[in-house]
Amino acid sequence: MSSADAVAGVLWVGVTFYAVFGGADFGAGFWSLVAGEGERGRRARELIDWVIGPVWEANHVWLIFVLVVLWTAFSEAFGSIFSTLFIPLSLAALGIVLRGSGFAFQHTARRIRGRNLAQRLFGLSSLLTPFFLGTVVGAVASGRVPVGNAKGDAVTSWLNACSLLIGALFVATSAYLAAVFLVSDARRAGAADLETYFERRAFIAGAVAGVIAIAGLIVLHEDAHYVYDGLVHEGLPFVILSVVCGIGVMVLLRRRAPRGARPLAVGAVVAVIWGWGVAQFPYLLPTELKISDAAAPSATLTSVLIVFGVAVLLVLPALALLYTLAQRSMIEETDAPIPRTPEPT
Amino acid sequence: MLDVAIPLASNLGAARSQMAFTLGFHIILASMGVAFPAIMLIANYIGLRKNDPDALLLARRWSKVVAVTFAVGAVTGTVLSFEFGLLWPEFTGRYGEVFGVLFAIEGIFFFLEAIFVAIYIFGWKRLSPWAHFWCGVPIAITGLGGAFSVVAVNSWMNQPQGYTIQNGQVTDVDPFKVIFNPAVPYEVPHMILAAYLVTGFLVASVYAVGMLRGRRDRYHRLGMLIPLTLACIVTPIQFMVGDTAARSIADHQPIKFAAMECVQKTSTDVTEYIYGRCTSDGVKGGIGIPGFDSFLVGWSTDTQVTGLDTVPPDDRPPANTMLHWAFDTMVGICTMLIALGAWLGLQWWRKRDIPQTPWFLRAVAISGVSAIVALECGWIVTEVGRQPWIVYEEMRTADAVTNASGIWVTFTLILLLYTLLGGATIVTLRVMARRWRGVEVEDDGDEPYGPRDERPPAALAEGSG
Repeated sequence: MSSADAVAGVLWVGVTFYAVFGGADFGAGFWSLVAGEGERGRRARELIDWVIGPVWEANHVWLIFVLVVLWTAFSEAFGSIFSTLFIPLSLAALGIVLRGSGFAFQHTARRIRGRNLAQRLFGLSSLLTPFFLGTVVGAVASGRVPVGNAKGDAVTSWLNACSLLIGALFVATSAYLAAVFLVSDARRAGAADLETYFERRAFIAGAVAGVIAIAGLIVLHEDAHYVYDGLVHEGLPFVILSVVCGIGVMVLLRRRAPRGARPLAVGAVVAVIWGWGVAQFPYLLPTELKISDAAAPSATLTSVLIVFGVAVLLVLPALALLYTLAQRSMIEETDAPIPRTPEPT
Repeated sequence: MLDVAIPLASNLGAARSQMAFTLGFHIILASMGVAFPAIMLIANYIGLRKNDPDALLLARRWSKVVAVTFAVGAVTGTVLSFEFGLLWPEFTGRYGEVFGVLFAIEGIFFFLEAIFVAIYIFGWKRLSPWAHFWCGVPIAITGLGGAFSVVAVNSWMNQPQGYTIQNGQVTDVDPFKVIFNPAVPYEVPHMILAAYLVTGFLVASVYAVGMLRGRRDRYHRLGMLIPLTLACIVTPIQFMVGDTAARSIADHQPIKFAAMECVQKTSTDVTEYIYGRCTSDGVKGGIGIPGFDSFLVGWSTDTQVTGLDTVPPDDRPPANTMLHWAFDTMVGICTMLIALGAWLGLQWWRKRDIPQTPWFLRAVAISGVSAIVALECGWIVTEVGRQPWIVYEEMRTADAVTNASGIWVTFTLILLLYTLLGGATIVTLRVMARRWRGVEVEDDGDEPYGPRDERPPAALAEGSG
């Protein structure tokens, strides 16, 4: 394996982490948006705030990681993607501003109206940001980003069936991951009513994500031959693994065993991402720009690998500390919902 | 004046406006992100060491302010990383592989910072006091590391080196030379000190206003003194570092220096002008000190200072007068802040007390905003002074910009959004302050390391369930 391929692997590790942690975070915002008013919705939001309060910022550093590795190791690809996909990426950036500030201000706002507005902004941007990022991925996968400064179509590059479906898939997957995570978190808080609440939603979101994924495959077949071919050949084991994991989650949720559901749900998402990576290999921009052609000089690639090594040694233990403290409720911003058993139905 | 600096109708004008605005906004939050945690930890340390409940309460409340400014700074920082591609794809597309390593290093620092900020600000209730304090220390250290990495990139844009380019493609990179480029030794300390200076005066000014309004308790005195002492120590050092920086710029980027000082023709015995209007026939108005500019550059009035006439007009920075005024304003404010520090130092040496006159508190009260003005001025000097280059004498800003259309739309949206964001941040901080003032006994578990929540940690509930 060349060092360019190794750095592409590092990039993909970043993408994977962002999809899982950032995705679950976006998904939590989605559930906050659709939780509705009323007592049950309020409790659901309380759980969401309690869970993501201490970790949401760290969850999104992975995006910075991905951007930096992309522009350092594969500058040309970065410039091409960001200039052609100026519109969806600008919208995603605005979404990130709204989301972060909405979350930060929803607890500090003095009046109920301000609080509700901040909450709604947080929820809405949690829906829109992954959607626009998904359209970007769709544009890249379907070969709509040519090399160069804004060489692709500013609008049709991301407003097409493939991009829209992948955007929708991002939203559904985020919601799915978040719901599965929140089932365990509800159990940790002793809120049995919310456990049931999110079990049901995880189930629905999983089914929706599955349907969109199938529709996506059909569109890829029409629209993105290279990636489709990769997915049904080299990437097939990953696709199968993802389906198996997804079904496993459904079974475990039905049996009310959320502990195993969490790693399986993560597995389903990770498998899809690596399946896509394998399918697209050796292209960064199929079928325009190969990893080896876009790669930076070797000293830069080596530096990125060294920095990544240091990150593994320093950042991963720190992250583990953060999540452990959060999972043991040693750090919290807001209070957990009051423990409760399910309401008799 | 702005329309001289930035041709408003072009893509370049829009991109530069958006970059200038978002960076100018972020630089305030970034400075607070670098320095505020250190100030908060000093209060925390005093609180624990001397068993001082006032200091602990300050640390606890400051950590809540850090939480808000860090969150806003994190999102405005993310926007900047998007803008590397959205606005300057040619720049990042070519040189990303050269300067990118610094951002990769910055990424590690930022990651660690985000993690420990979360542990610290949310760990007041359940972590043991000293364990909690030590979880805060990495925030201050990673803040310094992050500032180094980011400012080193800007230094590299001013003094690019460590790469070879063939047919527009970077073919070889020497990361060590990129990281330790010649502008790093003065730009990096100048920015880090600026962060401490701005944050110190800003926090102190809040408590000075409180004292002016009659809240002269120990809590307010301490809240003013901790950041003010730090800022007053930093300010004279900053002045010397800045002076060195100016001399180095006269050497490394003579045209930038000429624009800062409005030097039209190369000569010796150059007059130093304080303010005044820059024209092609020299400075109109302003206070002139004959020979002083030459003296500042080389300790002698015989020193030759390079003038703007040595390069064609296209290679000169725009908006000379603005640049010159920004430089003079920065130096002027720093000088006045040194005087403020001397006032405090003298009184403390003689009477072990702060000066007992409302004029001192008034001076401290405006020092925070003044320091921010100086910060923005310094940033204008370095950024506008580098124009028309994005990478000094290597790539023009005009050649770096995106071909995508619609930057005016995004700029307008960002202008609106950031105005709301800035407003919401200020309102939020004021609401927090008002709530703290209104509460005699802390009611929201605000008391640091106080009795633990009566509800058992939910982890226990899980174990039993």
